[in-house]
Amino acid sequence: MEFFIVSTIKALLVFFVLMTTLAYLQWVERKVIAHIQLRQGPYRVGPHGLLQPLADVIKLITKEGIVPPHVNKFFYFLAPIIAVSMSLIAISVIPFGGEIEVFGITTHMQLTDLNIGLLLVLALASMGTYGIALAGWASNNKYSLLGGLRSSAQMVSYELPLSLAIASPLLLLNTLSLREMVTQQEGFMLGFLPNWTIFQGPAPQLVGMVLFLIAAFAETNRIPFDLPEAETELVAGFHAEYSSMKFAAFFMAEYSNMLTAAAVTTTVFLGGWLPALPGMAGDLIAPAVFATGGAVCLYHGLNPARKRDKYTLPVFALVFFGLAALFLAPPLKDIAMPLFWFGAKTGALLFVFIWIRGTLPRFRYDQLMGFCWKFLFPVAVLHLLATALLVALAG
Amino acid sequence: MPEGYVPLFIFLAVAILFPVVALILAKYIRPDVPSRVKLEAYECGIQTASDSRARYTVRFYIIAILFVIFDVEAIFLLPWAVRYQVLGWFGVAEVAVFLVVLAVGYVWAYKKGALEWI
Repeated sequence: MEFFIVSTIKALLVFFVLMTTLAYLQWVERKVIAHIQLRQGPYRVGPHGLLQPLADVIKLITKEGIVPPHVNKFFYFLAPIIAVSMSLIAISVIPFGGEIEVFGITTHMQLTDLNIGLLLVLALASMGTYGIALAGWASNNKYSLLGGLRSSAQMVSYELPLSLAIASPLLLLNTLSLREMVTQQEGFMLGFLPNWTIFQGPAPQLVGMVLFLIAAFAETNRIPFDLPEAETELVAGFHAEYSSMKFAAFFMAEYSNMLTAAAVTTTVFLGGWLPALPGMAGDLIAPAVFATGGAVCLYHGLNPARKRDKYTLPVFALVFFGLAALFLAPPLKDIAMPLFWFGAKTGALLFVFIWIRGTLPRFRYDQLMGFCWKFLFPVAVLHLLATALLVALAG
Repeated sequence: MPEGYVPLFIFLAVAILFPVVALILAKYIRPDVPSRVKLEAYECGIQTASDSRARYTVRFYIIAILFVIFDVEAIFLLPWAVRYQVLGWFGVAEVAVFLVVLAVGYVWAYKKGALEWI
């Protein structure tokens, strides 16, 4: 019974954190893209547009939802539900940290650790295709159908390099459980180089990670692979006939897939919640980062550029100093430290996702398929074989 | 370890309930004033001429068939990778034979032009 209650609390906690992250990921994306393009991005709702995600939720939920008469009703409503639920539950096997003790209960900072964790993530990634293909078919709209077909073909094609690229680190780790993967990457080589799969001997997986990330970009329909919703040719692709909350569901699914891809890359290739630096240096980075943030805020609060900075910035400084103290207090440290490293690595990968969206143009469809089948797939197979040979030679 | 799946199903229930509840909730909040023009198919404002589920290029089918062949291969490689250190050189030899057979199929498909997108 206690197990059940703890699991439910953990599930709800993870769910709400996930929802907030998704909402703010969208804000971060708009801000970063805006600054890449020398714009300001969201600025009106709240300070620096920080309340924009909330405003968007209210807008989406109060918009008129148009259900055209020509759609296949059942599948039309089923598609966004499949897309969003399947993308959300993939996060349940991702470990955010090690074992912790809260109110006398010992538990892991992970919803559940399955011995088929990675397979489950791959399976859920393919389930997402159903949502999009069904949406395209059920909409009974030519653009939607084309978008849905393109998307299904693209996603099944890129699933091959995706699963082959993730098979090569498995040769080193020899487990499918994501928690065990992280514990196997513990420690440091030569005293400073973390023992993550991208550095680990005898076969560093840097190429594997790049292959996996490219395939993940295509799986999540991100630029430069966002052909399913190429707005210049297909209006909005598979979700052209979707509005209000139904559209929001697809939107959420896309961001959730992106988050899952980044989290899986972190766990498999970048050592999950493990620190990047050994000993004291690794422990001090997090408080140092937040303390620097606090110091900067305090400095600008004491030399205010605008009138209101005199009051708002010292408050932010206090918040930052509080966060820094959190990493130094012994009982909270064990919770905060893994979260910091996991968040830092995942956040860096998400930034790469956004950065590439702001940098690269879109592929043409024949280039997209040719790239997958003629380049990425054979390279992934060869990489897997090379890794296997290196591991076998090392004994 | 079946109890490991309990939290997964709890989370699945939450993840399915969330969009369902959101969709139903939005139905009561939002305005609903459909009109004939609003309900037309969104196809650049031109009157829809035919049903959308028309014929489309056979390329999609070829990709689907190729996917089935090579995805089964990828799925076979995952358990092999997990047990790799136990299998040793025997595992290397076995998977080499397996991949050579598939490589022949891949080269044949390439030569036939199945991977070209016209």
